[in-house]
Amino acid sequence: MARRTGGGLTRRERYEAQQKRRSLGVAAASTAAVGLALFVLVPLAPGWEKVQQSFFNAEVLVQSFPKLLDAFKINVMIFAWSAPAIAVLGLLIALARDVKSPALFPLRIFGAAFTDIFRGVPVILTVYLIGFGIPGLGLPRPWNSPYIWGSLALILTYSAYVAEIFRSGIDSVHHSQRAAALSLGLSERQVMRDVVLPQAVRNVVPSQMNMLIALQKDVSLLSFIGPVEIFRQAGVFKSLLANFTPYVGAAIIFLVVTIPATRYADYLMARQRRDRN
Amino acid sequence: MPKLRLRNVEKRFGDRLVCAGINLDVEAGQMVCLIGASGAGKSTLLRCINLLEPIEDGEIFLDGTDIAVPGLNPQDVRARIGMVFQSYNLFPHMTAIENAMLAPRRVHGRSRADLEPEVFELFARFGLAEQVGSYPDQLSGGQQQRVAIVRALAMQPEVMLFDEITSALDPQLVGEVLDVLLLLKQQGMTMVLATHEMGFARQAADKVCFLHDGRILEEGGPMQLFGNAQHQETQSFLARALK
Repeated sequence: MARRTGGGLTRRERYEAQQKRRSLGVAAASTAAVGLALFVLVPLAPGWEKVQQSFFNAEVLVQSFPKLLDAFKINVMIFAWSAPAIAVLGLLIALARDVKSPALFPLRIFGAAFTDIFRGVPVILTVYLIGFGIPGLGLPRPWNSPYIWGSLALILTYSAYVAEIFRSGIDSVHHSQRAAALSLGLSERQVMRDVVLPQAVRNVVPSQMNMLIALQKDVSLLSFIGPVEIFRQAGVFKSLLANFTPYVGAAIIFLVVTIPATRYADYLMARQRRDRN
Repeated sequence: MPKLRLRNVEKRFGDRLVCAGINLDVEAGQMVCLIGASGAGKSTLLRCINLLEPIEDGEIFLDGTDIAVPGLNPQDVRARIGMVFQSYNLFPHMTAIENAMLAPRRVHGRSRADLEPEVFELFARFGLAEQVGSYPDQLSGGQQQRVAIVRALAMQPEVMLFDEITSALDPQLVGEVLDVLLLLKQQGMTMVLATHEMGFARQAADKVCFLHDGRILEEGGPMQLFGNAQHQETQSFLARALK
């Protein structure tokens, strides 16, 4: 390093240190200004007392929190069995859309129709149609459970999105990889399985992480057809205690899970960008 | 009978005729170099021989059997003809040795345990013993290209095609890759190279073909072609390439 005799900093180092001090100062000042607005000015608003009472009531929070946490286990459970099913079905749909054999043409049509339909309908509508419609056939227990059909609705919708992400991953593998694999005598199938898919799946891990986070939140839509998961449980408390704090409690529980997950997805994306450059 | 014989090979992309009736004989153990400007059809011709590109018309005989018959399963042919590309095209998610073992495992149905000694031996022969467990992105360009050659050799091909395999390399790494080709020539491998390495072609080739506008305009031994080119185009290409 180019240091001056006498241990002084180089001209550039002095300049950079000064710039750094400056930007730290600006960041501190603007953060303080925003903090002041939030913690001093908002409580001065005329309705603040009431809002605080009905949304940020510590007593209600403590009272409802354990049950909310309990109900969240249902979300986790539905998530836990839906996510693997989505991964498998999504991958199958993606592959179905790329088949070349004429005998399998119907599969290709099916794949295209599937993604068109389930990406085109709001999730809540699919949940309603499948969650109410299929048990309406008069199925015997346990086949009339909203858990089954609600989960199926989520699985179908999310598979359509996940399939498209897998497809973009397959497209992102450079065609020279295919040529190299074919030139060695591998069949189209082997090329897909051993060369293209492993790279495609790696490329889309960050995007699929984001789908998982979205799924975690959308599990709450099942509350509309029966299961008392966390959103529904918060609603029960709201009616019981005439207070909205349980919703805030539910939001906190979601954030505890989703913030680390989104941070991790961002980290994966950043790493991937770094690797590409 | 030549190992590889091309008769009137025609290939078009849209309405552009990339190979306009190419005739070429490659005897067993020969090294044939294809030279010519970019876009003359060298790479396309190699891809046609390996059936990566279907040809419009003509025949390609491997040991006297036409392999360009439409509808023929290309896998068996490709298993017998190795190809190495300009951009290495190693599989980035596999170690060097896994790269080399994939095709013999899948195509010949052999086990890893069965393959490992002989594939390792191949790596060692080309100075890559230390690199067997490395991933492609941990290797230099020259090492990657040598791994790509080993990967093709692991299929025990009868013919090897090399598509400008040193063009993407730093000049100081070109030598180590060309040395591999010389070693293969000593071992009697039949090889067809598309190359811009004129010095190497002059020194090592048994036959040099000058491609121009999708045709072999002139061919002959390296002395003949580099020393006594007959065509105006060949002379001016060589003048530019050797300046």
